[in-house]
Amino acid sequence: MKRKLTPYLFVSPAMLLLVTFGIFPIFLAAAVSLTNMNISGFVRPQNIKFIGLENYVTLFSDKDFWQALWNTGGFALFGVPAIVVLSLAVALLLNRRGNWFFQALRSFYFIPAITAIVAVSLIWGYLYNTQFGFFNYLLSLVGVPQVQWLSDPLLAKFSVALVAIWRGTGLNIIIFLAALQGVPKEYLEAASMDGAGEWRKTYSITLPLLRFAIFFVSVTTTISWLQFFDEPFVLTDGGPLGATTSMSIFLYKEGFRLNQFGYAAAGSLVLFAIIAVITVIQLRLRRADDEY
Amino acid sequence: MSTDTRNRARTRALTITIGVGLAIGAIITAFPFIWMITSSFKPQSESIDYPPTILPQTPTIEYYLTLFTELDFGRYLVNTVIVVLISYVGLMLMAMAGYAFAKFDFRGKGWMFFLVLATLMIPVQVTMIPTYLIINSLHLTNTLVGIALPTLVSGFSIFLFRQFMTTIPTEMLEAARLDGAGEFRTFWQIVLPMSKPILAVQVVLTFIAGWNSFLWPLILSSDQKLYTLSVGLNLLNQQLAVNPSLQMAGASVMVVPILIVFIIFQRYVIQGFALSGLK
Repeated sequence: MKRKLTPYLFVSPAMLLLVTFGIFPIFLAAAVSLTNMNISGFVRPQNIKFIGLENYVTLFSDKDFWQALWNTGGFALFGVPAIVVLSLAVALLLNRRGNWFFQALRSFYFIPAITAIVAVSLIWGYLYNTQFGFFNYLLSLVGVPQVQWLSDPLLAKFSVALVAIWRGTGLNIIIFLAALQGVPKEYLEAASMDGAGEWRKTYSITLPLLRFAIFFVSVTTTISWLQFFDEPFVLTDGGPLGATTSMSIFLYKEGFRLNQFGYAAAGSLVLFAIIAVITVIQLRLRRADDEY
Repeated sequence: MSTDTRNRARTRALTITIGVGLAIGAIITAFPFIWMITSSFKPQSESIDYPPTILPQTPTIEYYLTLFTELDFGRYLVNTVIVVLISYVGLMLMAMAGYAFAKFDFRGKGWMFFLVLATLMIPVQVTMIPTYLIINSLHLTNTLVGIALPTLVSGFSIFLFRQFMTTIPTEMLEAARLDGAGEFRTFWQIVLPMSKPILAVQVVLTFIAGWNSFLWPLILSSDQKLYTLSVGLNLLNQQLAVNPSLQMAGASVMVVPILIVFIIFQRYVIQGFALSGLK
């Protein structure tokens, strides 16, 4: 009898927390999204009214929502290839030798991935500063006039994306390096004997063997760009004129600045659905690719 | 023979070129941190001077003192450490759950493990508002426990513990039980020590995640007494035009401990992130 109870004792504290903060919130979000819950409903629950799908209808005619959606799409289209290509290239180069020098370099590329976003934003905000920032100083050396890194709407998109790319490559470099360990040395040696050059070996042997890692990194990177939040939140607060407002920033502002809990919950489920659909499409593409 | 040496020389030249190229890339990648540290020792007038200097001309630790005397960074530091310590309670709970999934058969195991994996797919944006409402209804907003709660357990860590603990030989557990050890003692004295590799990875990653966490402290603490370093540092974010030296000192207080942990436990950190490739 006692033995039967044991596993439940071990599993239940973690499961209780997981259900409370991982599973239950989805159902709560779905329920809240069908209500007009805002700050008055937050203070007095009897002010919460069921309004059906009204939040969703409003959402699709909200031009801020569409702007956030387009911005997020733009970030993903630009950011996913940038991160995948850059981290793959650096990983291939780092994999050339296993000595201490290359090992030490690996750590340098990894550091941005583990540093706090708020600290990162302060540093980059300082570098980007129009009057006394280091970047504008470098540009002034070659005669370029002051650049508005964070206050020009178009350039701001690029500036926040650059910080995210800088932070995002380290983790993927590690994943690619781990995958590169699985490329059999014999294949590469055999190819060398047949007179294949470096490019040829990389292109014909290493890259095909890394297919799964490339696919995996593409999917996770896409998901993280669709959830893009940290960099624009701390660097530009979604500005100027909403140019860097991603879906997540839009949701945060609706939820926690304007206290439109019902409306933000509806938006968050739409974002979830978009992420799910895109991920399923990617998985399907991958399966089609496998049939060859 | 001579083509062979020439080939080898060419390969060597290529390796050196790549090494130099990667080193330049590494310095560019690390430059923002170098800039942060050197600027934190510059007097304010120098940090907004034009042209900028790389190294401080008249180094000062004035701004580090400001952080801990005029500003409340001492308290933020203590709060951050407490949040990290609370996360370790969560880590223990996850290890226990991983053990149960790995080494016991019980009714409901299948769907419980499905729930664990299901949470991996749910973005934080969806749980953000409901979690805030839940924490609020538990009257835990503006408490350090409340700040730590939403991220206390993660499906992925439970999954990792389970994967590792399935490799522990069941005979060892049986032997301990035959010797009359209680279930919890078996877990504490046999399972945990044998799980050291995965435990080390998770301890380090939990530290980094707890130390850096920003979203939940931001949403859940409105009382300055409960600010963590990241939220306190965010206060300095609004004052860019005023004092970059002070900001860089604040950023250093947050970043340097992580750098030290990374340098010491590099192996575990990198292993941990490589494992996330499993997800």
